[in-house]
Amino acid sequence: MAEKHLLEIKNLTIHYQTDYGTVHAVEGFNLEVGNGETLGLVGETGAGKTTTAFGIMQLLPEPAGKVVAGEIYFRGENLLGKSKTEMKKILGKQIAMIFQDPMTSLNPVMTVGAQIEEMIKLHEPGTKEEIKEKAKKMLEVVGIPAVRQDEYPHQFSGGMKQRVVIAIALSCNPMLLIADEPTTALDVTIQAQVLDLMKKLKDDFKTSMIMITHDLGVVAEICDKVAIMYGGKVVEYATKESLYTKPYHPYTVGLFNSIPDLDSEQDRLNVIDGLPPDPTDMPSGCSFHPRCPHKMPICSQKSPSKVVVGSEHHVYCYLYEQEGAL
Amino acid sequence: MLKYFARRILMLIPVILGVAFIVFFLLYITPGDPARIILGDQATEESVLQLREEMGLNDPFFVRFGKYAYNLVVNQDVGKSYVTKRPVWDEIMTVFPATLKLAGSSILLALLIGIPIGIISAIKQYSIFDNVTMLFALIGISMPVFWLGLLLILLFSVKLGWLPSSGYTTLNAMILPAVALGAQSIAIITRMTRSSMLEVIRMDYIRMARSKGQDENKVVFKHALGNALIPIITIAGLQFGRLLGGAVLTESIFSIPGIGRLMVESIKMRDFPVVQGGVLFVAISFSLVNLLVDLLYAYVDPRIKSQYK
Amino acid sequence: MNTVKQKKNKKKSIWLDVWRRLRKNKMAVGGLVIIILLFLTAIFADWIAPYSYESQDLLNMFQTPSFEHWFGTDEFGRDIFSRIVYGSRISLEVGFIAVGISLIIGGSIGAIAGYYGGRLENLLMRCMDVLLAIPEILLAIAIVAALGPSIANLMIAVGISSIPGYARLVRASVMSIREQEFIEAARAAGSSDFRIIVKHILPNCMAPIIVQATIGVAIAILTAAGLSFIGLGIQPPTPEWGSMLSGGRSYIRDYPHMTLFPGIAMMVTILALNLLGDGLRDALDPKLKN
Repeated sequence: MAEKHLLEIKNLTIHYQTDYGTVHAVEGFNLEVGNGETLGLVGETGAGKTTTAFGIMQLLPEPAGKVVAGEIYFRGENLLGKSKTEMKKILGKQIAMIFQDPMTSLNPVMTVGAQIEEMIKLHEPGTKEEIKEKAKKMLEVVGIPAVRQDEYPHQFSGGMKQRVVIAIALSCNPMLLIADEPTTALDVTIQAQVLDLMKKLKDDFKTSMIMITHDLGVVAEICDKVAIMYGGKVVEYATKESLYTKPYHPYTVGLFNSIPDLDSEQDRLNVIDGLPPDPTDMPSGCSFHPRCPHKMPICSQKSPSKVVVGSEHHVYCYLYEQEGAL
Repeated sequence: MLKYFARRILMLIPVILGVAFIVFFLLYITPGDPARIILGDQATEESVLQLREEMGLNDPFFVRFGKYAYNLVVNQDVGKSYVTKRPVWDEIMTVFPATLKLAGSSILLALLIGIPIGIISAIKQYSIFDNVTMLFALIGISMPVFWLGLLLILLFSVKLGWLPSSGYTTLNAMILPAVALGAQSIAIITRMTRSSMLEVIRMDYIRMARSKGQDENKVVFKHALGNALIPIITIAGLQFGRLLGGAVLTESIFSIPGIGRLMVESIKMRDFPVVQGGVLFVAISFSLVNLLVDLLYAYVDPRIKSQYK
Repeated sequence: MNTVKQKKNKKKSIWLDVWRRLRKNKMAVGGLVIIILLFLTAIFADWIAPYSYESQDLLNMFQTPSFEHWFGTDEFGRDIFSRIVYGSRISLEVGFIAVGISLIIGGSIGAIAGYYGGRLENLLMRCMDVLLAIPEILLAIAIVAALGPSIANLMIAVGISSIPGYARLVRASVMSIREQEFIEAARAAGSSDFRIIVKHILPNCMAPIIVQATIGVAIAILTAAGLSFIGLGIQPPTPEWGSMLSGGRSYIRDYPHMTLFPGIAMMVTILALNLLGDGLRDALDPKLKN
């Protein structure tokens, strides 16, 4: 296993057992993230983005969620083979996570300072004063006055809370940061501020990042690579430039078309027909076929395999498997 | 914060007066002539009538209650027992330690057993341990305290002869009553701890703590328990308040001279001032316990604390 | 017409859903079955009980369980099984009627307070605070002492003592529904307040009320039995489980069967009600289920 990539996920499959049946949240998921890269993981609600993130962090809700198959190589080592104790040393220190809703991701009965210090104490032991200093510094890095360290989360606004979460995540200088829709729960004006901050910090800290989002605007802003996820797997992967120049997968095309164009006169939004698939009852073959405008008979029979359509650009779709389709 | 609690204490006064009114009314319509009770069966009709006049028993209801309330608020005086002729306050203070001891040991038992078991049950949800615990908790809630008391006596006093079946002065004697009275509280606190922990443990900040690489024990005890405590404190406070005034049955079974037994005896003997004072005392202690619970909230939850400012 | 029908169907399907979820819960179904059996026992007591509940047989005092007397006999030679069978009547009657009393009075107080708000609410709820400050059993004891011991008075005493709990519950539910749009719509359509409360608000806050009432019956039975146990409730020779326990208490050293069986009957009843209450809570509000 060459250490070409910081993170390499192979055939990851995650299922949830629920009262309503087995939920196929992630199914045969493949992805690579290079050193220093920022990858956008894009998809609709329920596509399995967050589950993938929890799978990497091994924070799936127990006992319902289980990794059924696959490997997750981080710096060449399979995380799924690690013991809990080994994982604890990696979590926070090497891989950190920012959660979707800042309103609920901070412990309401602990001061924000203490929550940052907790992270530092776990991975970079030092004297009390050193840890406290470091925590103060992190607060200032994210633009919060250090004097507010003794305040509780309820005394902060949503945007400020997300800044605190970012400070916690970055406090041990992780190699990989997984941000799960970090701006979705925020007001639009605050979104831009937080996004700018993340962009700056990821460069300052030289952190690789997986940015989970459903917003192609966010991707354009911050990402180098993009993976489009549908029905629990990646359907298209490309550099940002390549994807924005020419999206291949019908689903990706649909996503781009659904962005309202401010320049042209448009009465209605172009939406993708149909609903996201029911994860307890995934369509056979390519899971997008029931909604696909270019559906062919084979689409419902077999899952399409990877088709390379350009340098660092591949897609899983039968449209491009036939010779000459390009 | 001080101001808040001063206001709360002031607000207790109308509640106490309300309680006094209700009890006064109930005793007013209770059959039995106090003058006759005081003087005994041998007294002449004449002397009874005279005493009635002296005691103001012939006054209209509201005049009588007005006098009682005046004495209560201004002189903090709740009168004398018809039977022993001692001040009601002294009567209550004689029996209160036994009740406090009983209720205190029961609630202590409930917290020491209920919280740890509730936590384990929540962490191991749907395990055998959890299922067995929940079944026992349900049985505990459904067990009539007086029947449990009798069963305990039957087993540990009569059959095995390990523990005394009455009394309250020695530690040994306290075990059975405390278990009998506490069983329901143990069950309630176990269930509450479990459901409260289950609710908290699904929160994002718990996952966040785990994502830091934090030890699972610390996640449970520092992050989850800290947040789950509030409903547990509420229930524990309610239970303790209830135990203080509601130990009537347990006290009767184990022959413990506490407030509950004093109340029942006094009602049977129509010793109205003692009943009146006793209920007031229990209501005041109950309200104070509730106040204490609110104070504790502020201590555990910074969000509540900042509301009091 | 069509919409009315749809509405009815929708209502039906909600309860059907609740029933479907409840049916899956084995414990709750067990509880329900026991309660139904208890009701049948109470109704057909005359056929089920092998002896009369008061016929004394001084030649057969303190019999331990046998073929003739399944649960043995008491200090007057009365058949304990028969007395327990008849006792189920009293317990169920007291439990359900007491809850009915507190539900009607407490529910009305809570609904009025929650719907109108303001000073009226303040006044009503302060009154409830006063009642809450007295432990239920003490209040029940005082009421029963004032009214005199009888079954009806016992129901009243137990019922009144648990009024505040229902008042608070209903008030909270009503307040949460009061501001919703369909209430606004009903008001705009000119419905009277009474109609709005009874037709629109109460049906929408039934879930917590049903759960509380089920568990409330268990509590009422316990309180009533407790009062009888200390001699303030139902008087002998009426067969009541609590007073049977109290009677057996003096003979516990030699004849424990006298305390064992009435206690088991009581515990099974309470347990069944609690099981059903727990099951109903999960079935009525699946969100609450862990």
